[in-house]
Amino acid sequence: METSGTVLLLVEHVGDHLRTASLPAITFGREAAARHGGGLILLLIGPGASAAAADAATYGAQVLTVEGPGLEHPLAETWAPIIARIAREQGASVVAATATSTGKDVLPRVAALLDAGMASDVTGIAGPRTFQRPMQAGNIIARIEVATAIVVASVRQTAFPPAHPVGAAGAITAVAAGPIDPRGAAFVSLSASDSARPELTDAKIIVSGGRGMREGKNFKILEELTDLLGGAIGASRAATDAGLVPSDWQVGQTGKVVAPELYIAVAISGAIQHLAGMKGSKVIVAINKDPEAPIFQVADYGLVTTWEVALPTLIAEVKKLKAAQL
Amino acid sequence: MKILVTLKRVPDPEQKVKWKGNALDLSGTNWVPNQFDEYAVETALRLTENASAGNARDGEVVVATIGPKDVSQQLRSALAMGADRAILVDGSDDNLDAELVARAVVKLVEQEKPDLVLMGKLAADSEDNQVGQLVAGYLNWPQATFAAGIAVVDDGKALHVIREVDSGVEIKRVALPAVVTVDLRIIAPQAIKNGKTAATHAYADGPRYASLKGIMAAKKKPIAETTLAALVPGSALRVKTVAIEAPPSRKAGVKVGSVEELVQKLHNEAKVL
Ligand SMILES: Cc1cc2nc3c(=O)[nH]c(=O)nc-3n(C[C@H](O)[C@H](O)[C@H](O)COP(=O)(O)OP(=O)(O)OC[C@H]3O[C@@H](n4cnc5c(N)ncnc54)[C@H](O)[C@@H]3O)c2cc1C
Ligand SMILES: Nc1ncnc2c1ncn2[C@@H]1O[C@H](COP(=O)(O)O)[C@@H](O)[C@H]1O
Repeated sequence: METSGTVLLLVEHVGDHLRTASLPAITFGREAAARHGGGLILLLIGPGASAAAADAATYGAQVLTVEGPGLEHPLAETWAPIIARIAREQGASVVAATATSTGKDVLPRVAALLDAGMASDVTGIAGPRTFQRPMQAGNIIARIEVATAIVVASVRQTAFPPAHPVGAAGAITAVAAGPIDPRGAAFVSLSASDSARPELTDAKIIVSGGRGMREGKNFKILEELTDLLGGAIGASRAATDAGLVPSDWQVGQTGKVVAPELYIAVAISGAIQHLAGMKGSKVIVAINKDPEAPIFQVADYGLVTTWEVALPTLIAEVKKLKAAQL
Repeated sequence: MKILVTLKRVPDPEQKVKWKGNALDLSGTNWVPNQFDEYAVETALRLTENASAGNARDGEVVVATIGPKDVSQQLRSALAMGADRAILVDGSDDNLDAELVARAVVKLVEQEKPDLVLMGKLAADSEDNQVGQLVAGYLNWPQATFAAGIAVVDDGKALHVIREVDSGVEIKRVALPAVVTVDLRIIAPQAIKNGKTAATHAYADGPRYASLKGIMAAKKKPIAETTLAALVPGSALRVKTVAIEAPPSRKAGVKVGSVEELVQKLHNEAKVL
């Protein structure tokens, strides 16, 4: 298949703005476009795509929007054929998106339709078709090469800095959706999680609690610390599985992958699946009563004590510090 | 309902990774079933039994793997849990990519004609998170990835799949036949509603253990064998691992003696407060 070096990037929007999760993929897209000697196209699908197009255009790329009945929800069955068709029309060499729940769901289906090889959860670019990505819960960094003409890639959000707008705005074009066939799939409902706190994947500071918190109500003290620090709250799988806290708080291999400036792990042992989700944090603090807990092997600062003892003092000390900073 | 479940063997995630120069040293590796696939087997069993009537079987569960002959061990474990039969597609497990696996699964689907293909959402070693979506894409079937719960609806013609997505919890309807990939929460006590087992029934948390009776029965259950070359002739890898390395290690941290010292260090030394 003839390809033109173009990078086609699926970006997501909330209201009239791009989702912050999509911005690291734009950074990836710019570099991939430079390596392939082509341009960057940002693709917006679904209701509000044209309203968010102006924001997308500030990133200096060409913007394509697709709207229409049947595209209200990101169904892989309806979205993937549109992405694949536009990729062919544009002669795209690379088709990519951030590895959000939508990106992870839709992109492999796009790869199937384009008969392309795919690199998942890319953390680095080593060449036009060569990428770095973690395997085995982050115990290995692999360099993989995609041999097909078109390369499909999902991008790990925490591995690329968010893109900033550039001076010149790109052109915006509406593209027809074409025939839509959901193949027997349908959206039924969404119960949206709403929280006044920043999203886990965007937060500069994260406080996470584990099984050692014992009861859901004990997370109140972590929430107090979190809000004092203006951060987001996370949890281990043991805490979410036990129903102490909502499951979308889970950090790890199968939860959110985060890389904040400061990660405070409280009563979390540090299983590899948990570490896989937070090892990239700049500074890690562990508070655990067991001096042998594996979390101390990755923690920059470890405090061996119970949360019952540490947290009230920690909150008081942070308050003192904040007061002094005013 | 007839269900095809895929199962991959992976190095035990709890075992420390051993290096031999620039490659992994897999000697002495303890191979285990990929956990998400074990959850998929459990899901398939819950979908095809009436737990309110002594776990009476109601459907068929076929477990398939692509890997070396040794994987029959992991297949036997799935049979001991209660799966009805197994298929071993002989192929080395270090010379596969997601596309090749998916093409082989598609061939098995054409042979077996299941109503549902159940897979793990991700293999704990390669962590590709691709095969289920690829299979659905090649077959042009509906897909529901990252399932945290499943309810059989429309007299067994469709599923409502609970999916944990970034913006919340979604319910997606897929008409059968379909591909579903399962996430952790699928093995929660009440995650599966098959329309036969009483809706109030709560399973024990997690995949079931094989009973002694199950282990004995598994010895007699068939494992059919075929080869990757027979299913997907002349295929070349599209995604190759060209090198691997250890991740940069974090420098050893310090233990602090008190909360006051911690806050002082975070403020003055790490400058994050
Ligand atoms: C396929 C698979 C995927 C997984 N994915 C994830 C994932 O994405 N994220 C994840 O987190 N896990 C994941 N896990 C689970 C993981 O293996 C661990 O079981 C889990 O992380 C343990 O959570 P924990 O540290 O809270 O609990 P535990 O391991 O039970 O540790 C509790 C800790 O609390 C400490 N403690 C107890 N009481 C106190 C106290 N009063 N004060 C201070 N400390 C105290 C204890 O010393 C202990 O270290 C996965 C597992 C599998 C099999
Ligand atoms: N070699 C294999 N044999 C059987 N199933 C596999 C194999 N590789 C991947 N799978 C299935 O595909 C799922 C997703 O794997 P992956 O896309 O590689 O992360 C796994 O949970 C398995 O169910």
